Amino acid sequence: MSVASLPAARRVARRPLALALVWLVLLAAPYWMPFLGGYTALGTRVLVLGLAAMSLNFLLGFTGVLSFGHAAYFGLGAYGAGLALKFLTASTPLALILGTLVGGIAGALLGALIVRRRGVYFAMVTIAFGQVFYYIAFRWSSVTGGDDGLRGFSRQPLHLGAVTVDILGNAEAFYYFVLVCFAIAVALMAFLLRSPFGRTLLAIRENERRARFLGIPVELHIWLAFVISCVFISLAGGLDALLNNFANPHELHYSQSGDLVIMAVMGGMRSFWGPLLGAALFVVLQDYVSSLTTNWMSFIGLLFVVVVLLFPRGLLGFLQRGSDK
Amino acid sequence: MSLLEVRQVSKSFGSLAAVRDVSIAVEKGELRAVIGPNGAGKTTFFNLISGFFPPTAGSIVFDGVDITSTPVHRRVLLGMARTFQITEIFPELSVAENVRISAEVAAGYRLRPWLGRAEAAALRARVDEVLGLTGLAAKADRLVGELAHGDQRAAEIAMALALKPRLLLLDEPTAGMGDQETYEITQLVRRLHRNGNLTIVLIEHDMRVVFHLADRITVLDQGRLLAEGNPREIAANKAVQAAYLGKVA
Repeated sequence: MSVASLPAARRVARRPLALALVWLVLLAAPYWMPFLGGYTALGTRVLVLGLAAMSLNFLLGFTGVLSFGHAAYFGLGAYGAGLALKFLTASTPLALILGTLVGGIAGALLGALIVRRRGVYFAMVTIAFGQVFYYIAFRWSSVTGGDDGLRGFSRQPLHLGAVTVDILGNAEAFYYFVLVCFAIAVALMAFLLRSPFGRTLLAIRENERRARFLGIPVELHIWLAFVISCVFISLAGGLDALLNNFANPHELHYSQSGDLVIMAVMGGMRSFWGPLLGAALFVVLQDYVSSLTTNWMSFIGLLFVVVVLLFPRGLLGFLQRGSDK
Repeated sequence: MSLLEVRQVSKSFGSLAAVRDVSIAVEKGELRAVIGPNGAGKTTFFNLISGFFPPTAGSIVFDGVDITSTPVHRRVLLGMARTFQITEIFPELSVAENVRISAEVAAGYRLRPWLGRAEAAALRARVDEVLGLTGLAAKADRLVGELAHGDQRAAEIAMALALKPRLLLLDEPTAGMGDQETYEITQLVRRLHRNGNLTIVLIEHDMRVVFHLADRITVLDQGRLLAEGNPREIAANKAVQAAYLGKVA
């Protein structure tokens, strides 16, 4: 029996509880993580990549379109924020907004060229455009620092009226800053998905032909979903640059796009929170296993294969199904 | 005035002429059946009317407006809705959600990030109305993908109805159905036509359904218009009997 055929009331009653639990876990992370051998920056990385995977999944899981080049927009956000801090402004929020704009505008322009393609062709074109940005970051050394990455900037203290928060020296403060950005982005995405516009995206995912014959201009709506997804993943990229005080050209590489797809699929692309779980698993495994062996990716690959074979709806999809029974 | 006028349309795929020089005019409030043996070009003809692809030659006029090169989604806004021979629905969404999406698009809300309270209430009422009309009210919360074939067909018609069309195009609404389901869909189409004052064009293979429902019948054969008339005229037409009814009987 599938999840959605259960009495709707029962599912709705569970939702606030599960939601409260998610936020409680995230809010308390800096306090419980050390006991499990974690550290705050690791939690911040989970949030950043979780936001990236959830943004990708706005397109993959809820519009039904696979982009294999989303790392490019993540990277554009990172370089945008990094360059802004280095050359333009000492304001961390302004740098983030600029980074998000850079990625969002690039997504809007390239998206217009991509949205007519479907399936594998869509994925191929997104890879191709993504690689263009990777090579720009890799080769344009005078601006981007080339293979060495972009250095020479650091996140600046936040000035909130009378209070100044040191998010550079204080890892917990930075975690909560990222959590606030994450919460805003995630709330906006959830809000959009529950709107009439969001339902047109589900319609396109479910059956593009039917959607078109209901009067939905499918290309326009896929383009909008693509731009929204790029805006949020650019924000994640900007946060990543702040986290590391560094932007790395390999973050634009298509293998990074692949990692994001793995996180979304592993966590469960039909569930809103699935990609966050996938990102948490990915980041934590990477952290632990890479200290034991340089072949950490083969373990993640193995886990991915197991998850896809045993839980086709992803880990969270499986857990939700189990708890509803 | 005719609601739909198809003027000498042709459609070729490479060297295959699927529809050749066909003209029909459907009056407001009419129920027109399009019949013909397999491969007669009926579905291609439907695809031309609904804008699935453009004709190679000829033109299509809907309510006085030339829509020959109008994209699909605009034709829907003009008041043209269709169903497909192979059911096209949103399988992983509930029946109510399927109809709701349709009603939202019809109300012009497709880009809305939210709805006002009154708008949402009116929308719910509209969804309930359509579900009631199509006999799906009791199954509103079920996933469409899990319904029986007949109910899926009804759900697809419900989605088309929620668009408030002036012209409803039904491509073999009883395809793959048993007697009981066929009867129910036939009754539904008849109700929509009589009470809803809807203009309907349907492709149908089941001759009982065709002769039971249609005001006029258009017969296609090998892409050409073979005959047109009321059911009695078509039943008596020698060319039709030779091309079509003869083979079935």
